Amino acid sequence: MKLYIADGNPHCIKVLAALELAGVKCDTEVVSHEEKVVPHFTHPVLPVLLLPDGQHLFSPNSICQYLFDISGQNATDATNQWLEWEATNLQPAVLQSLHMVALQGKHVEAAAVMKEPLNWLELSLSKKNTPFLTAEAVSVADIVLWAALYPLLSDSGFDAGELRFVRGWFERVGGLEACQTSVRRVLQGKGVEALKTFLQKLPATQTQRRDSPTNANEAEDGEHVMTVEEIEEAAQVWSEGLKASPAVSERKHPVLPQEGKRNVLLTSALPYVNNVPHLGNIIGCVLSADVFARYGRLRGWNLLYICGTDEYGTATENKAREEGLTPQEICDKYHAVHADIYQWFQIDFDFFGRTTTERQTEIAQDIFWRLHERGFLLEDTVEQLRCESCQRFLADRFVEGECPHCRYPEARGDQCDKCGRLINAVELRNPQCKVCKETPVIRSSKHLFLNLPKVINTPVFYVWFDAPIGYLSITANYTDQWEKWWKNPQQVELYNFMAKDNVPFHSVVFPCSLLGAQDNYTLVNHLIATEYLNYEDTKFSKSRGVGVFGDMAKDTGIPSDVWRFYLLYLRPEGQDSAFSWSDMALKNNSELLNNLGNFINRAGMFVSKFFDGRVPEMLLNEEDKRLIAQVRWELKQYIQLLDKVRIRDALKCILNISRHGNQYIQVNEPWKKIKGGDGDRRRAGTVTGVSVNVACLLSVVLEPYMPSVSHTIRQQLQAPPTCVSTMLQNTGTFICTLPAGHCIGTVSPLFQKLENEQIEALRKRFGGQQTPSSSSAAVETKPSSGAAQDADPERAKQLTALVAEQGNKVRVLKAQKAEKSVVDKEVETLLDLKKQLSLAEGKNPAAQKGKKK
Amino acid sequence: MALRELSSLEKFLGLKKPNKYSTQGGKKVPVLQNNNGPALIGLVTIASHLIREAKRPELLGDNAEQRAVVQQWLEHRITRLDNCSKEEINIILKDLNRYLEDKVYLAGNVFTLADILMYYGIHHIVVELAIQEKERYLNVTRWFDHIQHYPGVRHHLPPVVVLRNRVYPSGNH
Repeated sequence: MKLYIADGNPHCIKVLAALELAGVKCDTEVVSHEEKVVPHFTHPVLPVLLLPDGQHLFSPNSICQYLFDISGQNATDATNQWLEWEATNLQPAVLQSLHMVALQGKHVEAAAVMKEPLNWLELSLSKKNTPFLTAEAVSVADIVLWAALYPLLSDSGFDAGELRFVRGWFERVGGLEACQTSVRRVLQGKGVEALKTFLQKLPATQTQRRDSPTNANEAEDGEHVMTVEEIEEAAQVWSEGLKASPAVSERKHPVLPQEGKRNVLLTSALPYVNNVPHLGNIIGCVLSADVFARYGRLRGWNLLYICGTDEYGTATENKAREEGLTPQEICDKYHAVHADIYQWFQIDFDFFGRTTTERQTEIAQDIFWRLHERGFLLEDTVEQLRCESCQRFLADRFVEGECPHCRYPEARGDQCDKCGRLINAVELRNPQCKVCKETPVIRSSKHLFLNLPKVINTPVFYVWFDAPIGYLSITANYTDQWEKWWKNPQQVELYNFMAKDNVPFHSVVFPCSLLGAQDNYTLVNHLIATEYLNYEDTKFSKSRGVGVFGDMAKDTGIPSDVWRFYLLYLRPEGQDSAFSWSDMALKNNSELLNNLGNFINRAGMFVSKFFDGRVPEMLLNEEDKRLIAQVRWELKQYIQLLDKVRIRDALKCILNISRHGNQYIQVNEPWKKIKGGDGDRRRAGTVTGVSVNVACLLSVVLEPYMPSVSHTIRQQLQAPPTCVSTMLQNTGTFICTLPAGHCIGTVSPLFQKLENEQIEALRKRFGGQQTPSSSSAAVETKPSSGAAQDADPERAKQLTALVAEQGNKVRVLKAQKAEKSVVDKEVETLLDLKKQLSLAEGKNPAAQKGKKK
Repeated sequence: MALRELSSLEKFLGLKKPNKYSTQGGKKVPVLQNNNGPALIGLVTIASHLIREAKRPELLGDNAEQRAVVQQWLEHRITRLDNCSKEEINIILKDLNRYLEDKVYLAGNVFTLADILMYYGIHHIVVELAIQEKERYLNVTRWFDHIQHYPGVRHHLPPVVVLRNRVYPSGNH
């Protein structure tokens, strides 16, 4: 064991005193301030105790604690607390104060800095009737605090004030022989002067107090500071209210580009037909694109959103063999599965088609011949694995073998799932044909390549030539006039949404094919890609049954809007993110229930309860105007962000708006003021009126994210339909859309709490215990996956509540003569809930029959 | 923030009934009202107290050396990590990265309270790191990923994704 100290370093006083007092034998070496004793620190730190096991103790307090510990005096709550206080409160003040005394001669300021900690110490000592801080005898706490204070309290120029108890205690501890020796050794009779060198070298951060802690998070999304003009302008715009705004134009199919409008063509990567999409696929393309599509339509753009299933390729063939169906039957079946899932997620495509159509063949051949005629194709041979017993070349996904890099035994032909490296199938060790398990041989085969610069001479041409052409053919199946979208780069802006693995094809191969065809094709203007979404720290895996797949989301009983919210909240922009059940519950309970839902519900309830359902008169004061300006600023941010497709960030603006609203209600307490005099009641009216208008704005900005909730809010508030497009016009205008006297409807809660037990059950259910066979069965016979469960009283209770709530919602919708499609959708949800309920109660006859077997 | 850490720690320790906490001062220092004694003040003090309550003293270290190492990382957390400036963050990460080069946990080969509270305290920093920075502080990232997966630790914090394979070539640092 060895102790390193430096002369004139105040931290060494406590360490030397503790060493002496504990009576521990230890070598001591004096080094310079600059000596780097601890190897991992960039800046030199002293004193340091080198432990017998080779570790370094670099915290003076921990060194003292250790020395007491080995001499048999263990730490207690009381000594711990004093040591923590010394490190976090006293020490920063002491260093700052010493700096002032020794280097700047500012004695008065130095005393002021010490006032608070010294008073706290005085108060604590006065309540004690023991001579020392924690007990009758001296403890590590006394040594540490005394040593910290010694240089200041022993300085004649430092005026600490009265402090009777501190003085008494300070003398008692200082009287110990160990303390006097240590002081002599470190300060060498020179007092504060001896510390000068040490203090000069201290980094500024340690000598300047930071009274207002700056949390890295808070500092970044800090409040927007508003000018007086800004506030007045916001209030002015707000008061103007809804004017004769343009009628909401109904969507008429087919949507075609129009002169003088912003024409946006939006595609989402075509999901492959042989698999059920998982949450990562959904957020990666269709859901992200849906938010943007809904937003664009609200902004009044002339927008067409198309997508469809990609149905060609060897995987379809494989799947068909697995399930004993023809490829066409597989495609038909899974196309319907996909369409169902997206409908449940409320993905509002203008058209959801498929690639196995005549149009696809026509367009692909046309582009192919055009490329061929112009000499843009070339033939080359490639080494590929061929299975002799199956009599065919093996596509990457038909081979498995040992990874040449990490030796993982189940690496695929294109990538290793373990180390993540890309693999060329011929490099696999011990390759196996996945169909017959025979060892394939390497053979050459001829392939066509797009003749581009070497970088992308890629053998995947045969897949990727025709897949993106699906966008064109699907549009052609939607309208005969498809060329108005696809051969119209002057008028049309093209947005492609996809996950990161698709970027090379959409940014290089596909545009090159279209360019090479020389037929005035519309090329991509904005390529929107996401990173990957992981599932609870691992990958989604259909074969292992890990993760939530599109068709299972609805069986969780969690509403589609909540799924949308959480997935969008997690949207992997910038880097991969991870889905986590507990985080989902947390976000639902904190953001949706306590923040957003709570605010909207309170605003509505105040109008119903205190003002007979009529929006009260609003007389704006400074505070109200400030809130309006804050909300307006967030709205403008929201629009700026969504214009750039920063979907996740824009969602934060929505939550900020309701946070501002909650604070506003909390500070103004309309529920108390309503019981007061005339002035107070008027104030309650204004606060309620402004709040309910903020709630109405929230319904507008929520529309792209949570369409059902957004409609429900507007129905509850009976908001005029024009409010949506009006407030999202230009850079965003927050106006009073519910004027005084406006009658609102029945207000009811929007969100439900997700309970821990429910979430735990879901985590177990989707955690990978399912066997591969049962998980693939779940796809075919969706309802039976619920039927397989036994009666579950807990779940039944939750479902009863959900059914009651949904029933209410449907009644309200019908009473308000809502659009048939909206009502139908809600009725469908209701029926589904009822079905789940009867299953959970074990009533379903089919389920019981199953059990008897 | 500190209160959420303490409640997560209680869950980790399996303490049956949650304690009631309040805070003190502008820095929101946690305070535990204790039935059989004076109130306890300070994150590290309360956390160490909970560990003893739960009869898990090994989490504070098995011997005097380990106890001291745990203690100094706890102090490091509340004095250096909390409220550090943007410039300091890089130095803290760099130093910690070097320290963890040959260690599984902060106290060497055993998991302790130091890992829990350092993880809670450094989470807001790691969550903001770009992939490249995560690779630069590889040992910190590895330790962090390990702790966030340690059963029962994460609780109130969202998981941070750590890539298993490196994206940027090594050798430039």
